[in-house]
Amino acid sequence: MSRILDVKDLVVRFRQDGAYTDAVRGVTFHVDKGETVALVGESGSGKSVTALSAVRLLGDSAEVSGQVNYDGQEMTTASEADLRRVRGNDISFIFQEPMTSLNPLHTLEKQLAESIELHQGLRGPAVRAKIIELLTQVGIRDPETRLGAYPHQLSGGQRQRVMIAMALANGPELLIADEPTTALDVTIQAQILELLADLKGRMGMSMLFITHDLTIVRRIADRVCVMKDGEIVEQGPTAEIFANPQHPYTQMLLAAESTGLPAPVPEGAEVVATTEDLRIWFPIYRGLLKRTSGYVKAVNAATLSVRAGETVGIVGESGSGKTTLALAIMRLIRSEGPITLHGKRIDDLNQRQLRSVRSAMQIVFQDPFGSLSPRMTVEQIIAEGLGVHGVARGRNAREMVAEIMTEVGLDPTLMDRYPHEFSGGQRQRIAIARALILRPQLIVLDEPTSALDMTVQVQIVDLLRRLQVKYGLAYLFISHDLKVVRALSHKVMVMRNGDVVEAGDAASVFDAPESDYTKALMAAAFVDQSASA
Amino acid sequence: MSDPAQTDDVVTRPPRKAWLSPLNKRRWRNFKRNRRAVWSLWIFTVLFVVSLFAEFIANDKPIMVSYRGEIRMPVFSFYSERDFGGDFPTEAAYGDPEVGCLIVTGGLEECFDGPNALITAVEAGETLDIEGFSRGWMLWPVIPYSYDTIVDVPGVAPAPPSETNWLGTDDTKRDVTARIIYGFRLSIIFAILVTVGSSLVGILAGAVQGYFGGWTDLIFQRFIEIWTGMPSLYVIIIVFAILGRSFWLLVFLTILFGWPALVGVVRAEFLRARNFEYVRAARALGVSNRVIMFRHMLPNAMVATVTMLPFLITGAIGGLAALDFLGFGLPSSAPSLGELTLQAKQNLQAPWLGFTAFFTFAIMLSLLVFIFEGVRDAFDPRKTFS
Repeated sequence: MSRILDVKDLVVRFRQDGAYTDAVRGVTFHVDKGETVALVGESGSGKSVTALSAVRLLGDSAEVSGQVNYDGQEMTTASEADLRRVRGNDISFIFQEPMTSLNPLHTLEKQLAESIELHQGLRGPAVRAKIIELLTQVGIRDPETRLGAYPHQLSGGQRQRVMIAMALANGPELLIADEPTTALDVTIQAQILELLADLKGRMGMSMLFITHDLTIVRRIADRVCVMKDGEIVEQGPTAEIFANPQHPYTQMLLAAESTGLPAPVPEGAEVVATTEDLRIWFPIYRGLLKRTSGYVKAVNAATLSVRAGETVGIVGESGSGKTTLALAIMRLIRSEGPITLHGKRIDDLNQRQLRSVRSAMQIVFQDPFGSLSPRMTVEQIIAEGLGVHGVARGRNAREMVAEIMTEVGLDPTLMDRYPHEFSGGQRQRIAIARALILRPQLIVLDEPTSALDMTVQVQIVDLLRRLQVKYGLAYLFISHDLKVVRALSHKVMVMRNGDVVEAGDAASVFDAPESDYTKALMAAAFVDQSASA
Repeated sequence: MSDPAQTDDVVTRPPRKAWLSPLNKRRWRNFKRNRRAVWSLWIFTVLFVVSLFAEFIANDKPIMVSYRGEIRMPVFSFYSERDFGGDFPTEAAYGDPEVGCLIVTGGLEECFDGPNALITAVEAGETLDIEGFSRGWMLWPVIPYSYDTIVDVPGVAPAPPSETNWLGTDDTKRDVTARIIYGFRLSIIFAILVTVGSSLVGILAGAVQGYFGGWTDLIFQRFIEIWTGMPSLYVIIIVFAILGRSFWLLVFLTILFGWPALVGVVRAEFLRARNFEYVRAARALGVSNRVIMFRHMLPNAMVATVTMLPFLITGAIGGLAALDFLGFGLPSSAPSLGELTLQAKQNLQAPWLGFTAFFTFAIMLSLLVFIFEGVRDAFDPRKTFS
């Protein structure tokens, strides 16, 4: 079979302050015509850099050596004009974030027309016909009515479809998809993958698919290249790699899945927090007099209770109101309906009164990069709560920080470093330590594992389970990742568009879902298990 | 704790506080790579430090005087002519030959008759055979004129550059070199005071607006719109007319109308940072608003602030010069560069005034612009330096 993309000994180095960082060290692989090759690896393994260097899309600080051969043409030495012809024409890209990849001020028609006019030289009605054809192809219903829509009027899935339409506009030979489904919900993810596979077959494209998610790889790729620290440690046909991984790293990746169940809740555990018919409605104002014309119902009548040592998992796709609910329980946004903590109402306390309650409930956020102040040392970050709520008698703050760092599996000697010197998993441990140092009874975990690599995810889940047993913590665990929820939760609540669709014991919700929506979620999340079973 | 012995040294060791955080070290390295900025910084620092000691460089009083074996420092203290054996209780006019003679001879009466001859004799090393003679000396600054000294040389008022007046004199016969040195110092100090003052107020106002948002923001914004619509020049002229001109009043008024410059950027940074997760995390910990604003959010706003500073500084210098040029700035005796420009305009037959004013402004503002260009680039995280 003829090779469409052939990469040999590719080395990419980044230069900063005269020092070099190796991002890719000697990568060799190829993509055949009509084939899908997946580049798999954890964050920082150099997979995106490898793909971007194929058409020299890296910034000025990158130094590329080695050979990249596209369809018989050497790309590393090609002129800028040649590259422009290839980019977007022969090789197309789909990026991870559909919101930021589309210009928010242009309509769909304008976004798509730009590239079609540039590369195909079509004009007037022909462009419009082509756009409608493309949008139909990527499965957008009633494309004629959507032409004037702006990106913010589309859902995440629709935006990604538009991105795909843009990528396909010029009938590319090779499609490079950089984590195209990572930002999407599971059910949408499945649709997009189907669409890509279908389009690839129909148009005879080749595809280079970059992802960290092995489930997706198994579904879509013909061959897999596993990358680690800028090197390909193993490559081969998908079925072979999955059935019989050779390299220890591949084996570890495949084994990395949060499994098991949480420790049972102790008998007679006291109820830590409850909510009853909690509502969070944001009013919509209309007109000159700002009359309330309606409400955005972010959360509608959510009732839950969590006991010491128990985890309540809150599941739902983006926009379902999970995080809003969490913030309301933390009293960080306004809500209606009683919230109790240890039987005491906290929803009517003012900010000053709340301060004393805050030490009993803490929150851990999704993004370990955003949730730590970049200009404070780890010690300052973890000890911040102590400054508000006081240090325990006879202890000093440094001692307590060291103790809590050991507890969450960090080396206390690192406490004078800054967050950017830590990896994602370590940062999430710092965030957990910051919450834990106040000895709270309730911790709200807002997607604490979503931004982490699978192997790190498993460690964090283990850590959370261990801490729960040791301190009898009550968790409110918010996630869209059903596997992690299953590994951690005693009770589950499924949310959709602000409504609670289904709630109950984890076992019954997972094994015998009642509502259609829950069934669809389960089907999308556990597809590989059911397929292999 | 699993192993207390292992963590002991960490706990007892005092927190290691680096003088500069790694980020600031990187910025400093980046700044040093910009040679033009570094040289400008050096030249500017030297000029400014030198001008801070203007009294020792250009003054109508000697730095040090030895009178009858006693060392006196007229730069710092007041001495009347009587202290040197003269007649008047007013401050000694050190430039007069009589006073000079009194000092070098130890206060001889004969000085009032023929001072110059006596001075020449003493300077030649002769020992005068007169009762009460005691050899003395005077140590003069390089330029024996202060900014307001009337130069006592014959000729029409703007006198051209000469051996005694390197850059000539202005239309009231004051030495231009001395006025430049003092004027440079005054401009820079004025700019620094105004910048620091309006930054403090502006950052505070922007922080409050951005952090609280909502009605606070809305009302404050409208207030600023009205405030910036006020014709500040007229207000300054009116207030000066009522309270009289003074340096500090001008500083105060300039800050009063200058602070909104920074509010926009700081407010925008705070609006952005308000929804950062680490700010939310701090709120969840129960940290007070004030601490969140200054510990967590202000550092973010600093980069934008630093980028704005050069505009504030050069703006303040230009504003002062403009006011002086219009004749509504500092008192006319003050060593102002703007006033020199005005004189240059009124005395086109004396081009040294115009050239001096032009080159002083050009060099001063260029140096500042070069320095801040380097600072801005050093703060730019996307800029790479090879």
